[in-house]
Amino acid sequence: MASDRSKMSAGLSRRSFLGGLGVAALGATTGCSVLGAGVAGTEVAPGTVTYWNLFGGGDGARMLVMEDAYRAGPGSPKLQAATFTWGNPYYTKLSLATIGQVPPDVAISHLTRSANLARAGLISEITEETLGMVGLSPGDFSEKAWKAQQLDGKNYAIPLDTHPFVLYYNAEVCEKAGLLDSAGNLKPINGTKGWEAALSAAKQVTGAYGASVATIGDQATSWRWFQTLYQQHEGATPWLADTGRTLSYNREITLDTLAYIQSLTKKGLMPADTDYAGSQTLMFTGKSGFYLQGEWEITTAQSIKGLKFGMVPVPTLFDRPAAQGDSHTFVLPARSRTDEQLRRAMGFVKSMLDQSLTWAKGGHIPAYLPTLHSQAYKELSPQSNYASAADTVVYDAPAWYSGSGSTFENIVGAQIGLVQQGLASPQAALARARSQLLTYANTPSPL
Amino acid sequence: MFVAPFGIFYLVFLIWPVVYMFITSLFDTSLVKHGFGPFAGFANYREMLTKPEFWSAMWHTIQFTLYTVPPLVVLAFVFAVLANRIGGRSEWLFRLAFFVPFILPSATIALIWSFIYTPSTGLWNSFQKLLGAADPAPVLGTPDLAMVGIAVTTVWWTIGFNFILYLAGLQDIPRELYEAAAVDGASQWQQIRSITIPLLSRTTTLVLLLQIIASLKIFDQVYLMTAGGPGISTQVVLGLVTTTAFTDYRVGAAAAASVLLFIVILAITVVRPLIERIQQRREA
Repeated sequence: MASDRSKMSAGLSRRSFLGGLGVAALGATTGCSVLGAGVAGTEVAPGTVTYWNLFGGGDGARMLVMEDAYRAGPGSPKLQAATFTWGNPYYTKLSLATIGQVPPDVAISHLTRSANLARAGLISEITEETLGMVGLSPGDFSEKAWKAQQLDGKNYAIPLDTHPFVLYYNAEVCEKAGLLDSAGNLKPINGTKGWEAALSAAKQVTGAYGASVATIGDQATSWRWFQTLYQQHEGATPWLADTGRTLSYNREITLDTLAYIQSLTKKGLMPADTDYAGSQTLMFTGKSGFYLQGEWEITTAQSIKGLKFGMVPVPTLFDRPAAQGDSHTFVLPARSRTDEQLRRAMGFVKSMLDQSLTWAKGGHIPAYLPTLHSQAYKELSPQSNYASAADTVVYDAPAWYSGSGSTFENIVGAQIGLVQQGLASPQAALARARSQLLTYANTPSPL
Repeated sequence: MFVAPFGIFYLVFLIWPVVYMFITSLFDTSLVKHGFGPFAGFANYREMLTKPEFWSAMWHTIQFTLYTVPPLVVLAFVFAVLANRIGGRSEWLFRLAFFVPFILPSATIALIWSFIYTPSTGLWNSFQKLLGAADPAPVLGTPDLAMVGIAVTTVWWTIGFNFILYLAGLQDIPRELYEAAAVDGASQWQQIRSITIPLLSRTTTLVLLLQIIASLKIFDQVYLMTAGGPGISTQVVLGLVTTTAFTDYRVGAAAAASVLLFIVILAITVVRPLIERIQQRREA
């Protein structure tokens, strides 16, 4: 687009082009009811639940199954679901639609992004009364996620799951490397020595790498990997404090963690140059024994024919167990609603929560306790093997520029990526991240 | 009367947004709040002009322009001359070959070249390995290389347009001139230097100007291929504007950055009639 727009004027004058567009738009308004509804500000399809989410890949497929189950339910209202690219673009669309007074009835938000939406007045409070409409109460959700979504004592988001960063292992490689117990499960790995020993053993088998994690083009993953190890240190403080106005990370631990991450790629135990898809492929094809990513990639792993794999919480390499993570939540974008519309929206949320087991099959740890405590979930393997990671999940620190897929993750993650690649020293990377973050910390919140 | 529909559109969708941009740039406008918000005076401009991220984005925009304009002008000229030589029936094939990438949308281009640049397993890295490089650097993952990668992508994508402009210009040059020159014993190279290049100078001015403006407006390829990364090493001004306005919700600050880019492009556009005047004077 950078070049073609100006060039358009060469063949077709801008005026005639715009004029043409105008005629086309007028024709469309009169002919099409959706645009007509847009112009008049009326509901597109009365009685329909509109629902926006950001689920791609395996998550997306799982969500479609759940949507279909909802549609098939007796007496369900019509459902219109839309999926958008995750991260900043999704939240931009959701914000603009809400400001433009045409938001969906229900939307997915990361827990770490919901507070900002609430502060901006873009989502409605969810009172206990609202929950009660469909027989829910705060006690139905895992405490950690429920508490984390609260802002000034009010509820704004209904958690669906918790999704920590976890460790995947290629069972065949680990078996050959002697890393499995007699039952075929991964033997516990402890401390940096244990980790490096396991990686070395796996590397011997694969002939390439011990473990893989994305280093290029995926800031979020680099941040997840770093934050997981950083938070495993005793004395690790949150990165941001005072709702983002101060940078509160522990400098020493940060530099140590960065140096450790770099040492793993320098020793060749982990690849220095691999992207999101590449890091998976390494483990799937037996070129790496372990793979680090959020648990949602389970669906992708299951789709690989002949791949035997397992999943466990990220081992405790330092002082305490911890894993970076977040929760997907349902939010109600701000708009005036009749009781009936609210009931309809909540009915959809309840139906999704009731299908938490389907969702859990996609890797996510249910936040809905009736499912989390159910026998069916406990029997789900390898999903239930890492369910404990939900208890030690660390959410990103709150700030107007922070949260999953946010500017904060992009800034810090990009620098961590360069450290992994060996293109920046920990000191230089931290200095660059700091200077960029300070710009944001010093800018008054636009919310 | 007949211009009214165009006039209204022009006013509503071109003039008014520009005016609006100027006004907004003087306020602390937030995307998620109604109205312009508190008056900020020139604080947004001060912020942009003192912030390293803005200057880095401005530099990357210029860097991209420097990387893409010379090849897009020179190569387009060379290929047009070559294609024109072929003439006859097979010329359409070359015209098509050079022009086809241009009609593809930027998303497609970004996808194709991201595949080519895939670290370790991509076409480009495999090719380097074939030539004996042990551990070729990932193009889009290395700060110094990423912009080059985007520039190469862009040259491949948009060369067809300049190529067509040059080809049209070439076909306007009367054949007799070359015949006369050949009779006088001018070599091929002399013909190009003394006939083709001077007679195409107007086309070149146009191509150059359009190309510089197009390159300064770089956004798509960066947004789609690197999202400004690694770090902010390929972030360009329009990328910064988009992020500031739609991710950070800071419309006022983004408007200030837009105005600054607007001034740069305006300055370059103003240079064009100046150059033309000089050319005319020289011809006279």
